[in-house]
Amino acid sequence: MVNTKVSLCGVELTNPVVPASGTFGFGYEFNDIYDINILGAISIKGTTKEARFGNALPRIAECTSGLINSIGLQNPGIDAVIEKEIPRLRQVYRKPIISNISGFSIEEYVECCEKINKVDDVDIIEVNISCPNVHNGGMSFGTLPENAEAVTKAVKKVTTKPVFIKLTPNVTDIVSIAKACEQGGADGISLINTSQGMRVDLKTRKPVIANKIGGFSGRAIFPIAMKMVYQVYEAVKLPIMGIGGVATAEDVIEMMMAGATAVQVGAENLVNPYACKDIIEALPNVMEKYKINDLNEIIGVAHK
Amino acid sequence: MKQGFFTVQANVKLTDSVYKMVLLGDTSAIERPGQFVNIKLDGLFLRRPISVCDYEEGKLTIIYKVVGVGTEKMSKMIGGEKLDILTGLGNGYFTDFSGDKPLLVGGGVGVPPLYHLAKCLIKEGKNPTVVIGFNTISEIFGKEDFEKLGVKVLVATVDGSFGIKGFVTDAIAQVEDYSYVYTCGPEPMLKAVYNATTTSGEYSFEERMGCGFGACMGCSCKTKYANKRICKDGPVLVKEEIIW
Repeated sequence: MVNTKVSLCGVELTNPVVPASGTFGFGYEFNDIYDINILGAISIKGTTKEARFGNALPRIAECTSGLINSIGLQNPGIDAVIEKEIPRLRQVYRKPIISNISGFSIEEYVECCEKINKVDDVDIIEVNISCPNVHNGGMSFGTLPENAEAVTKAVKKVTTKPVFIKLTPNVTDIVSIAKACEQGGADGISLINTSQGMRVDLKTRKPVIANKIGGFSGRAIFPIAMKMVYQVYEAVKLPIMGIGGVATAEDVIEMMMAGATAVQVGAENLVNPYACKDIIEALPNVMEKYKINDLNEIIGVAHK
Repeated sequence: MKQGFFTVQANVKLTDSVYKMVLLGDTSAIERPGQFVNIKLDGLFLRRPISVCDYEEGKLTIIYKVVGVGTEKMSKMIGGEKLDILTGLGNGYFTDFSGDKPLLVGGGVGVPPLYHLAKCLIKEGKNPTVVIGFNTISEIFGKEDFEKLGVKVLVATVDGSFGIKGFVTDAIAQVEDYSYVYTCGPEPMLKAVYNATTTSGEYSFEERMGCGFGACMGCSCKTKYANKRICKDGPVLVKEEIIW
């Protein structure tokens, strides 16, 4: 028997496979097609202070080995998530819940994190700092080390649960951002969020997506995510949740070798609703194939 | 929702750009007319959502229009290909509220989902009237299939090359009495039907989707009561909830 158990800041996961925020709703609807208790954890839909409808449609564009999305953080707001969505997930799901928080100002992050920190059913808070800062000309919090550190510090002040900061790859130096989060007191790093992208429709001669640009994800970004997980693992001492283009058990193992303790599966859920289940079921066999008895042995092994 | 592999049994060209594909596989997840399937195609990342025209145990029929690379690939299939398909997606039409004389209105590739609906309504002893609209005579398909079911079919063409000259609403004006409306087609047509009809009804919408099963929020729309995902909470909305 191989060991697939990993630990994120004391939160035990029976395996490292976690559906990524925004690709799995609030989880419970997937329980209609398979028992979601096989998952390592679930990162639920990104939540903001107020309910948001999100961006204009179309919000989706096909790409080679991936897609561009510009959903615009559609969600029912933090209060509805706490009162309705998390309890509804808890009715069918016993494993760890990762609550993903977004904000457009430091005050919003703080308010949401303070609220979610009081929810017993939430095990880890994942703070998405890819959002534009409304007080700073719309520049993303995650693109400057000082802003990333400021959000981290502010959120850490009001929370007791482990806080993972989710980083955008659309930066000149991911390492400096990750270090700033560590400096700010982060308990872990999730990376990467989507890479910016765009498509134009040849017939209409206009951008496919109403918002013109969006976030590119899917298998195509796996090497980009790999590189960033690898770099950040060298630079910080925090556990990493690797995200980006993961579609197979082999991808999970590869990303763990680069330095991830757990691995999130995103876009693949949208084309194969059973993606996480398929990966989890394949994992022990793939581990045996590569002579891995315990996944903890391979975290960051590519650096040695 | 169910994922399964289907074998292409036939793929027939109906008009210049519209094809009818018959697929063999497990259809047990399809619950009612107006639902759709989501088809994985080699070399493409996202699945392609296509409405169900007809189904029975072990057999699925879809009618699709070539509009992009996905449907183009489908149009070249010759039979025998195996396709990974998610079935039983969307809410579909409910026949409970139809009354005795439901009116079915389809435009272009909005026509196919009305076929199995007509079958269900007839089976329930109801007397549907079908109105279908196209741009021109060469684009017409499905007329004989409905007629074989024994329902009255009115055809409208925009250029007047066949049937009633004008839009589906011009044909609806000739229908004396109806109890409920079921419709599917391009959004401007749906809106015209909404304004031209007096009864309640069910309107099937089309939207660019990511997943097709409610996970990504790519196809959300606003209704009078809540935000809805066209793929999961739709594609059928009842008239009273539509914001127009």
